[in-house]
Amino acid sequence: MGLLRAALVIALKDLRVERRSKEVLNAAFSFALVVLLLFSFTFDPSGEETRAMSGGLLWLVYSFAGVLVLNRSFARETANDCLDALVASPAPGAAILLGKALANAALLLVLELAALPVFVIFYNVRWEGGGGWLLLVLLLGTWGFTVVGTMFSALTVNVQLREVMLPLLVFPVTIPVLMAAVQLTTTVFTGEPMGPEMAWLRLLVVFDLIFTLLAAALIDFVLLG
Amino acid sequence: MIAARGVWKFFGDFAALRDIDLEIAAGSTLALLGPNGAGKTTLLRMLGALSAPSRGTITAGHTSLRETAGRRQIGILGHGISIYDDLTGEENLAFFARLYGIADAARRIDRWLETTGLARVRRSLAREYSRGMRQRLAIARAFLHDPGILLLDEPFTALDDRAAALLAGLIDQAHAAGRTVVISTHQLREAVGLATDIAVLDRGRLAFRGPASEEWRATPEAVYRRYTEPAA
Repeated sequence: MGLLRAALVIALKDLRVERRSKEVLNAAFSFALVVLLLFSFTFDPSGEETRAMSGGLLWLVYSFAGVLVLNRSFARETANDCLDALVASPAPGAAILLGKALANAALLLVLELAALPVFVIFYNVRWEGGGGWLLLVLLLGTWGFTVVGTMFSALTVNVQLREVMLPLLVFPVTIPVLMAAVQLTTTVFTGEPMGPEMAWLRLLVVFDLIFTLLAAALIDFVLLG
Repeated sequence: MIAARGVWKFFGDFAALRDIDLEIAAGSTLALLGPNGAGKTTLLRMLGALSAPSRGTITAGHTSLRETAGRRQIGILGHGISIYDDLTGEENLAFFARLYGIADAARRIDRWLETTGLARVRRSLAREYSRGMRQRLAIARAFLHDPGILLLDEPFTALDDRAAALLAGLIDQAHAAGRTVVISTHQLREAVGLATDIAVLDRGRLAFRGPASEEWRATPEAVYRRYTEPAA
């Protein structure tokens, strides 16, 4: 079985399990709503400064909610020792990583798209168009964040303080992807031209490529110890 | 043949396995015995490609067990049942059938659900199964891809009577069909009854390796004590 096909089989399994249990999406979406609500009390939603921070506020919510998604990714496999059967199968370690990252990215994208209208309403964001750009930034930013996060989710799966350790590892490494996503999202929301921001977009693409390859190359060491 | 050559496994500074040289002939049934902490599960996990040796190699024929072709040969029944609670019995087997690239998956899943007596509840979630049904589903999962090498870690522990009888029958069939079986266990008499060969681990070292002789079959406890040091 090819790497991509095995990854797809694993991703579909994870999404089916989540569709039945809803344990991750319910928790992450509730968390995102609460944070958006609390931030709206803190900042003046109609203020220009708030709009200038809109990308940062949104990605803060996405990344914290994303950690909740990532924390369950490999932890879910520890119930009944399912991870053993997965690692013992002919699926390459890279397929396990990519499958899990695909499922995590899909869940996080659903969460992001669900939370986006709430953000637009709460923060009185003027929609100046650029929906295609925003979707591209969400896709690239989410993939970069989840592929690194999925790798660390595997690394911390047997750590006692997993919930604490995972964000401590993920956030420093994903600073470039978060910076780029914040800058590009703010540009979309403020309606400024995307032309001068292409360097940030290139950074996102390069980050995604490098860390996808790196994570796929290292995952066997993480899974086998 | 499975061959472990010069295998060491360290956890930090602690050597869980020390210089293990062990050959397991194709078609044999090996009982892997030893007290708690002797390294049985560690060795079985490495034979199952779930853990890498710190030093040394483990091969099956000319294939490394970490390669896809190597892993395709292995069926593992470990301490956990390795079943997803939020998938149905049928979905669990279908998931592993896809990972193993089984060509006639639907037919084989049907056969294993019949064999394990789970056909009637195939569309129920695994979390709704009784303990015995979950154990039987785990057995079906381990045998589904018709593995040439079966690695069983304490396989009879906590099994209900029906699952134990099913597993004993399947081990007999596997042996008759020329499969290689490795059983790690504390249950000396049951293991010696099934085994053609015996290996005893003690404190990470291979203390005994030989056939399941008449002496082993007649007085397994006495022979076993000869090769294991009493706990301090």
